[in-house]
Amino acid sequence: MSRHTLSVLVENKPGVLARVAALFSRRGFNIDSLAVGPTEHEDISRMTIVVNVEELPLEQVTKQLNKLVNVLKIVELDPAQAVQRELTLIKVRADAETRSSVLELVNLFRARCVDVAPDAVTIEVTGTPDKLQAFVRLLEPFGVKELVQSGMVAIGRGARSITDRSLRALDRTA
Amino acid sequence: MTEQMTGAQALVRALEHVGVDTVFGIPGGAILPAYDPLYDSAKVRHVLVRHEQGAGHAAQGYAQATGKVGVCMATSGPGATNLVTPIADAYMDSVPIVAITGQVASGSIGTDAFQEADISGITMPITKHNFLVTDPADIARTIAEAFHIASTGRPGPVLVDISKDALVATTEFQWPPVMQLPGYRPVTRPHSKQIREAAKLIVEARRPVLYVGGGVHKAGAAPELREFAEMTGIPVVTTLMARGTFPDSHRQHLGMPGMHGSVPAVGALQRSDLIIGLGVRFDDRVTGELSTFAPHARIVHADIDPAEISKNRHADVPIVGDCKEVIAELIAAVRKEERTGDYAEWWTQLDAYRETYPLGYETFEDGSLAPQYVMERLGALVGPDAIYTAGVGQHQMWAAQFIGYENPGTFINSGGAGTMGFSVPAAMGAKMGRPDAVVWAIDGDGCFQMTNQELATCTIEGVPIKVAVINNGNLGMVRQWQTLFYNERYSNTNLQTVRRIPDFVKLAEAYGCVGLRCERPEDVDEVIGKAMEINDVPVVIDFVVHQDAMVWPMVAAGTSNDDIRFARDMAPVWDGEDQV
Repeated sequence: MSRHTLSVLVENKPGVLARVAALFSRRGFNIDSLAVGPTEHEDISRMTIVVNVEELPLEQVTKQLNKLVNVLKIVELDPAQAVQRELTLIKVRADAETRSSVLELVNLFRARCVDVAPDAVTIEVTGTPDKLQAFVRLLEPFGVKELVQSGMVAIGRGARSITDRSLRALDRTA
Repeated sequence: MTEQMTGAQALVRALEHVGVDTVFGIPGGAILPAYDPLYDSAKVRHVLVRHEQGAGHAAQGYAQATGKVGVCMATSGPGATNLVTPIADAYMDSVPIVAITGQVASGSIGTDAFQEADISGITMPITKHNFLVTDPADIARTIAEAFHIASTGRPGPVLVDISKDALVATTEFQWPPVMQLPGYRPVTRPHSKQIREAAKLIVEARRPVLYVGGGVHKAGAAPELREFAEMTGIPVVTTLMARGTFPDSHRQHLGMPGMHGSVPAVGALQRSDLIIGLGVRFDDRVTGELSTFAPHARIVHADIDPAEISKNRHADVPIVGDCKEVIAELIAAVRKEERTGDYAEWWTQLDAYRETYPLGYETFEDGSLAPQYVMERLGALVGPDAIYTAGVGQHQMWAAQFIGYENPGTFINSGGAGTMGFSVPAAMGAKMGRPDAVVWAIDGDGCFQMTNQELATCTIEGVPIKVAVINNGNLGMVRQWQTLFYNERYSNTNLQTVRRIPDFVKLAEAYGCVGLRCERPEDVDEVIGKAMEINDVPVVIDFVVHQDAMVWPMVAAGTSNDDIRFARDMAPVWDGEDQV
């Protein structure tokens, strides 16, 4: 098994997320991570889906996704040629005694402290999944009270955009 | 052209514009506004069925008999959920239908309102696409899109759910609307490099087989297939969904492959060195145990749906495209090769299979009726110009094996989904689509009891179908499995229909049909002849057959095609096995 990152451009319409999610479950594919949001074009949403599958099932995932009428385009992003980021918010136990140690880690990881309470701090950190995992592991001894993480978003490096062509397709029908 | 009208009027007008002449359905609360303008339509005939499942299967039968999109209509909640089975059936068999359902008013959606069901959510995995329309301005465009999606690319069911308030509100109607389907671009034109590659394999192969599926007839490519087969001399097998696409009487036809396929067809695939799959999906009922399917064959797989290619069996040469274009280009490419394959040895082997293992069946010494004999006589007396429909089970397999099909689209049945009760409503839809054709519904006594209420519709609407009930008093196919795999423990398969509960002759008469019965082989021709003379009302023949008749050949579920049995415990002896 290997991890693959799919960027899926979809029409910004109600129910599209349900269609994509239902397709994964009924075809027996597992989603590792999913992020959905708007793009530079109001009629297009972008899903970043991370799946952990072999090469052949991945081809099936892509082909089945392509059959969904609301799916405009699917691109598999090569991790070497893409910027991949996740965002994590972590609430860590930190009193007067431990706070400076926690903040040191925050600086080392170029994270940000977004809230401070007498016995806890809340930290925002973005990065690759590996970096975030390492960060959380180092915070664990202090006591992680709560953690929330976004799905991964990713974008290809270089000047090319994957939305250009889909925009033209949309314009033709408008 | 722009006109003010209600959403309901826009719906009916749009249906008229896309060329709908027949709608099968039942009205109810949420869809009621649509039925008012439908009442006035001179172009759209609404057929009031007795159960929504009947409407759905009738739309399927209509679609498959005409090649046009079949249409069914139902109200919200249970009306819509009763369409689920035919929609799933149409999805599995790629039948173009549009289901139109009423939905509760948009403000009530999500409140568990009376007769509310999330039908677009429910049908998401069993439709090619579906729509929930809450704005009357979207109705006409959505109908155009629904028909376009259902009928192009790989055909399939599309559901349009319309909220009651959208039907009632006033809107501007404009035709033709501009479709907004930026993500829908079916590929029909095959890649020329793949075509050349396929042609090369074809002329180099020694044991090729044309594995023909439902996609060939759907593409209207039966003439191209015949030309291609005759030009190359390659043997042909036709799947359950493709019966009739290549004439059964043709010398190159080996029959149906699969679980109940002929020994020559199954044996040819297993021993083949090149399978050219056209409009097929390597379904488990054809391949048997996948890992042992055609172990020496390279695969050329052409289908309009890219997701079918290499889904079950890896394709060495994948071809995405409409079968009509694919086969036409294959013909040209093979011609360009300026050499032909040498299949003489292959044919010697296949002819030996044919001679040794023809389709056959057991007759009964007590003088009772063999169901296969009924099929043979139907095929002989009614002939290949009629349309035959079937439900699911033993009668379906016998109909596939013994009637004899010469024309594409003349055998309409439920393949992928295996929906019992398909036959009668599908026959009704087929007959309405092709009033000049003789339409026979082959049915089992189990299937018949699931949907025979549509006989009332047939009588009242003047749809004189003929129904041959193959009555063995049991859920026959399930009983066959119990015989073979469950030590003859017949748990809940005996319907006791031979006790005449119900009496199918009386039932037919109650529905205003003519009811006939036949229990002996010597009466078969006469009763079929009688049925053929009646053309004003539907006819039902209760063929009371022996309950122990079984479908052979058979590849037991989950086993290899190599382990096919042509009768109980009778395995064919394959010659030349060591040569491959």
